[in-house]
Amino acid sequence: MIITTTWYLSLSAVLFSIGATGLLVRRNPLIMFMCIELMLNAVNITFVSIGSHLNDLGGQLAVFFVLVVAAAEVVVGLALVVAIMRRRSRANADDLKILGG
Amino acid sequence: METVVFLISAAVILSGALGVILSNNPVHSALFMVQTLFGVAVLFVLLEATFLAAIQVIVYAGAIVILFVFVITLLGVDRAEDLRVEPISGQRPLAVVLGVSIFGIILTVLIAAVGSPTVIQEANIPIGDAADNTKLLGETLFSKQVFSVELTALLLTVAVVGAVVLSTRPKGLLISTLEEQGDDVLDDDLEETGKE
Repeated sequence: MIITTTWYLSLSAVLFSIGATGLLVRRNPLIMFMCIELMLNAVNITFVSIGSHLNDLGGQLAVFFVLVVAAAEVVVGLALVVAIMRRRSRANADDLKILGG
Repeated sequence: METVVFLISAAVILSGALGVILSNNPVHSALFMVQTLFGVAVLFVLLEATFLAAIQVIVYAGAIVILFVFVITLLGVDRAEDLRVEPISGQRPLAVVLGVSIFGIILTVLIAAVGSPTVIQEANIPIGDAADNTKLLGETLFSKQVFSVELTALLLTVAVVGAVVLSTRPKGLLISTLEEQGDDVLDDDLEETGKE
């Protein structure tokens, strides 16, 4: 059995779906952020495996930028969670419905 | 050999991902996420992206997860969430159905993409040797992609400034709110305000 690019892509599709399902199910904002990280990792696997399939360095360059965006997103998101928790004791996704919508 | 490594790391990745979304305790979720991230790093080594594997371990497992755990310690573990209770009825089956459909769509698109690869030959940068991976990435980043790198620096600066602004306590904050919560912090806050 030889591992082809399709295997890597299937794995990343499964990982992305698990992340998406978790994002829809969980209501703790920290765990929702972790699910977003899982989805970003799935995309990273896709970039690297397709880049290796096409013998192109572009995939790995894209992953580099995804990593930076993930770091920035986590910093701002966690600062938001801390700012919310300072005003109210719990921060479920349901408790934030006062934000409107 | 490659097959065995792939299968083991796939099992590690998927069990870690399931652990993230199924554990009640956020700290356990963070630890399961470390497991997934290490599995992805192994896959990167397998795909000869050695620099990204190192970065994956250092930035993700080293910095981002630590940030998560730090915030969990700061805020206290929220034990209010019990996974056995389903707050909105029908939410979970719907979420699973959506997840499975997302899986189907992505898999179809990706496999179709692999079947008909398109690459613009002029822009193609060959990957080359695994030993030269870091060198090649660095050269490309700071020659062809230098504008993107500058934009990334700007993004990081904005993120840091945003985090500082968000976590600064506004002046004369909300003693009423703190009283409502009956928070222990209240006394310390009053002392600080008195000093000011």
